[in-house]
Amino acid sequence: MFELLGIAPQALVAQLLIGLINGSFYALLSLGLAVIFGLLNVINFTHGALYMLGAMFTWIGLTQFGGWIGMPELEVPYLVALFVVPLIVGAFSIVIEKTMLKRLYHLDHLYGLLLTFGLALVIEGLFRHWYGALGNSYPVPDMLRGGLRVDKLFLPYYRLWVVGLALLACFATWYFIEKTKLGSLLRAGTENPRLLQALGVNVPLIITLTYGAGCALAAFAGVLAAPIYQVTATMGSELIIVVFAVVVIGGMGSIAGSIITGLSLGVIEGLTKVFYPEASSVSIFVIMIIVLLLKPAGLFGKVR
Amino acid sequence: MNTTAFTKISIVIFAALILLPFQDFVYDLFMMKVFCFAIFAASVNLLLGYAGLLSFGHAAFFGTASYVTAHVMKEWGVTPELGLVIGVICSTALGYVFGSLAIRRQGIYFAMITLALAQVIYFVATQVPFTNGEDGIQGVPRGDFLGLIDLSASSNMYWFSLGVFALAFFLVMRVVRSPFGQVLKSIRENEPRAISLGYNVDRYKLMAFTISAGLAGLGGGLKSLVLQLASLTDVYWQMSGEAVLMTILGGIGTLWGPVIGAAVIINLQNYLANLGGWSTIATGAIFVICVLAFRRGIVGEIAHRLKIQL
Repeated sequence: MFELLGIAPQALVAQLLIGLINGSFYALLSLGLAVIFGLLNVINFTHGALYMLGAMFTWIGLTQFGGWIGMPELEVPYLVALFVVPLIVGAFSIVIEKTMLKRLYHLDHLYGLLLTFGLALVIEGLFRHWYGALGNSYPVPDMLRGGLRVDKLFLPYYRLWVVGLALLACFATWYFIEKTKLGSLLRAGTENPRLLQALGVNVPLIITLTYGAGCALAAFAGVLAAPIYQVTATMGSELIIVVFAVVVIGGMGSIAGSIITGLSLGVIEGLTKVFYPEASSVSIFVIMIIVLLLKPAGLFGKVR
Repeated sequence: MNTTAFTKISIVIFAALILLPFQDFVYDLFMMKVFCFAIFAASVNLLLGYAGLLSFGHAAFFGTASYVTAHVMKEWGVTPELGLVIGVICSTALGYVFGSLAIRRQGIYFAMITLALAQVIYFVATQVPFTNGEDGIQGVPRGDFLGLIDLSASSNMYWFSLGVFALAFFLVMRVVRSPFGQVLKSIRENEPRAISLGYNVDRYKLMAFTISAGLAGLGGGLKSLVLQLASLTDVYWQMSGEAVLMTILGGIGTLWGPVIGAAVIINLQNYLANLGGWSTIATGAIFVICVLAFRRGIVGEIAHRLKIQL
């Protein structure tokens, strides 16, 4: 059937995989945005910059960090970065929440957006100043080199690994929020923080930890992205705008909704690249426009 | 409302702007650039300050008009006032389309939708041939105003852009002080109440958005005449952010705020232009400081201290 359309199945599957990978990143980022928005009522514009930090720290760990501490031959391995970098970025964002965001909760939500927008510019600007605007490539870790050969298709292991791990992280987040005790506190906080606090729960602490965890998810996506894309200071700002469109399409009401929307939009974008390459960079925005026309509250959104 | 203080101060500032070309310590081009961005920031302020709508996509209107004006000036050879009008018509039409989509959601979603829609225009600008991609439209002729006055002379261009700026300023003032402006403020303060009073809130919002888009286009078109250049920077999302920053720094919901904000930011960018990333860092840092500690902005703070409206 695909031959009839003049499209090789290899190209289709390759683009599907790329679409799934992009979709995983959309899902991870929009998931974090949704959880943070639910509890803090803040749209975290720094999310893109934190994703960039994830990739950047991973690259720095491999190429520069050893030199800084006087051990030039030390290279922070990929697997270590996968655990440590999200923790560092999470801790960093907790500091942001404690020192700055906290002061804005009593104001209009727009101020949170503006503050995080400013912070994103600062972070991005600093890294562009330090490391320039050019991309740095991060080698695919040794154990994940090579790929699976099925018939005429070649599926790189690393890409499968990214999709698998991202799905796992999404599922774990969903499970945590929907099925555990702590998750139920988080959901209660989203519904009615005052009542929850009256029941003796430390709501400010939950808010801080949620913000840290949401940001850590973004950094986790960044670590996964480092070997696939060029690591640059601006890699996050282009992505965050697409993720905003994803969030508008899905609505931020449901965790599972964010994951499904993110993944499927990535796939659709990948397919557009096969069938109509010129439109691939705007495909998600076009879908956003259609959704706004047909179902303004978003696919999984509640009408408010 | 103490309008007399506002009128006095406005007269003093405009008198100073008229006298400015007769001395030589302020760079002409700098002032003209401030006029363009003051109009742009005023358009964001009209939405944010008076209707409570934060648009993060005004670069789309600014950039579209900038490209269109540059194109018609260069390829069709029209007079500058006609070039501006054509640019404004295009950005107004675009504003109507974007507005009718964006007002379907409120608050934070509104900001995200405008940002995403503006990104579409950015991608279009990178694809269509008439924008010349990375190079942009360079060497835009300024033409002869009304076919009579040659604007390539810097002093003539100064008067022209001052005139356009004054026009835009009074337009915003008229809109804000009209019954229409009062309804906008009531929507900002309490939307459900405005609805219950029988106002068709969506129509008012769309109207405000369309006017604001046209105004942003006026700033963009004028910019392409002043700098004789229309480029991808004009449609990039950071441009939208800059307009928002100028508004906040100057003072949200004040008429002179965006003007002062534009002057400060343009000045700052002049100083930091050769320092690469520092311009972005400074922009971001001012954002953070304004939001955390200086929410009234420069003009807003002055107005608050002196208990007047500016």
